[in-house]
Amino acid sequence: MQQRVKEKALELLRNGTVDRVIGWKTGEFFYDLTPAVFETAEEIEKDFVFSGFSGANLSKYAIAQSRAAGKTAIFLKPCDSYSFQQLLKEHRILRENIYIVGIACEGMLDMEKIRAAGCEGVVSVKENGEELIVETLYGDRTLSRKDCLLERCAVCKSKKVVIFDEMLGEQGDEQETARFDRVAELEAMTPEERFAFWRGELSRCIRCNACRNVCPACSCEKCVFDNDKSGVRNKAAADPFEENLFHIIRAFHVAGRCTDCGECSRVCPQNIPLHLLNRKFIKDINELYGTYQAGADMETKSPLTDFTTDDCEPSIVHERGGVK
Amino acid sequence: MKKIARSELNALFAAIAEQKQLFIPADNTAGQAEFILWKDGVALTEKLNTTRSAKDLFFPQVENLVNFKVSDKKMEIIENRDPAAPFVVFGVRACDCRSFDILDSVFLSEPVDTFYKARRENGIIVTLGCTKPAETCFCGAFGIDAANPAGDVTCWLDGETLYWKSNTDKGKALTAALSVLTDCDENAVVAIQENTRKILEKLPLNNLDLSGFESDKLMELFNNPAWTELSESCLGCGTCTFVCPTCQCYDVQDFDNGREVRRFRCWDSCMYSDFTMMAHGTNRPTQKERFRQRFMHKLVYYPSNNNGVFGCVGCGRCLQKCPIHMNIVKVAKKLKEVAK
Repeated sequence: MQQRVKEKALELLRNGTVDRVIGWKTGEFFYDLTPAVFETAEEIEKDFVFSGFSGANLSKYAIAQSRAAGKTAIFLKPCDSYSFQQLLKEHRILRENIYIVGIACEGMLDMEKIRAAGCEGVVSVKENGEELIVETLYGDRTLSRKDCLLERCAVCKSKKVVIFDEMLGEQGDEQETARFDRVAELEAMTPEERFAFWRGELSRCIRCNACRNVCPACSCEKCVFDNDKSGVRNKAAADPFEENLFHIIRAFHVAGRCTDCGECSRVCPQNIPLHLLNRKFIKDINELYGTYQAGADMETKSPLTDFTTDDCEPSIVHERGGVK
Repeated sequence: MKKIARSELNALFAAIAEQKQLFIPADNTAGQAEFILWKDGVALTEKLNTTRSAKDLFFPQVENLVNFKVSDKKMEIIENRDPAAPFVVFGVRACDCRSFDILDSVFLSEPVDTFYKARRENGIIVTLGCTKPAETCFCGAFGIDAANPAGDVTCWLDGETLYWKSNTDKGKALTAALSVLTDCDENAVVAIQENTRKILEKLPLNNLDLSGFESDKLMELFNNPAWTELSESCLGCGTCTFVCPTCQCYDVQDFDNGREVRRFRCWDSCMYSDFTMMAHGTNRPTQKERFRQRFMHKLVYYPSNNNGVFGCVGCGRCLQKCPIHMNIVKVAKKLKEVAK
């Protein structure tokens, strides 16, 4: 598959289907790939890489690139395609200027997990079926591939590429997933325990805004928290509780639009499980309004921007054990 | 030189903590190392380095400056700076220790930053020689010896023993108060150092060539066409600046609760759109200019004003933490490649 993706990028550029390609660019090591725009076949031959470390979701780059002259190709893994389609639904991408190549995906690797497994000074990682052979400056290690997947891949919700012009590999299906298990554990806590859990996790926030800036659902041209005229500009919080509120407000803001692509937690330098806030909203929406997956199609209305007479009443909060 | 058995580290930490607050690199609940206030039960991490640097203890992310209280026609100015308690930070790596030379040159030159100065005077830095450097380490490119760090006290650790050597008056005073340490021969650490240096030689970036960033090439570098491509996918987040041990920019903000104004400073990032905002707006309108500012500062502006010393220490945190894996190594290599 790695070779097929690169060949496809070359082919699309050479036969004039597109003028540029959004993909992943090689780095200093084997794992530090950077999202990049390739404009020539030479650049692709030299630097284009698709591998187990192509975790970065490229869909957000399509907002700007779809406004460039000519046509742009983009490679989307199944979960990336949900983000792309959600952006399209929000009229953020000019579809006619994008050529989508869907990629079947076996899950992406997490360098943090490989390091956390005690691999220091990693020189190379070879995939050998279900095993990873990790070569380090301090000797070789063998790890189980499934233990080194990005969190979102370990609980993959779908192998289906929901929007594409062309597909590389087998189209897949939505999957049974354990992604709500951790949310259920948090729900089972007492309010005091849950409050303490989140205070603890969010206390590590350094307000780098990586979660917001990488998030495909956070596509405002200017975030209210960056606007010095908004009165709520919030570069660093005066009070640590404000920091917590930033994440809670952000989760509310993307509720019903978050596809659970997991980029927020992937990029957090402090390993805060931010995706759990978003998953709580998704789980609640599923339970209160019927199963809904943002980005799954172009037609279904988001339950939070739609009204039906069957919608739950605000009193549901009390029925579910909320404080009166 | 002094020593103590590795199994007795807890007794050493307890003895230091009796004198002053002690911070050591320990694993947090997220499985990453950070400098944590030591108390019985806090164990030294096995990890090479902390996610956030030792800078945070001297230049915290948020710091109170002063309060203003207005009543009737009077305005009261209330001193509210945090009391600077004496502390020891143990386990600082050679790269992070060098970062204090850079921070000092900024904060301790006139006008002196009294907040930073108080913490520097109250803080004792105990460094720890590296034994397992990572592939992302490149302190050697800045002439830093990971096997022989500076600091008030330098330590080395092998399987059995922690070795302890005081370098400064502050370090000697601390050492004198620690009866748990016993005397030993200086040669004891030579084997540890040799072992580390063998690994350093194998590191892919340790001999990174940083020639070509001299001040006479400033405009050429500033106008290098590579900046467009390098900054293209930058998210504009502040991760690189906030995990960096040498980034020292801050903003001053007011928190007004209607009765009292709390003036505080907080880390700022040149990657942010409102960085150094002026009355006419910003002079770095796109991410390209913001991105360029960060790397020009580290590679060109700072060295031009500081006898060629770079504003980077090669700790490798940005290499590990940038969400899109763009970093100073890639920038330096690309600029040189395009300049040729």
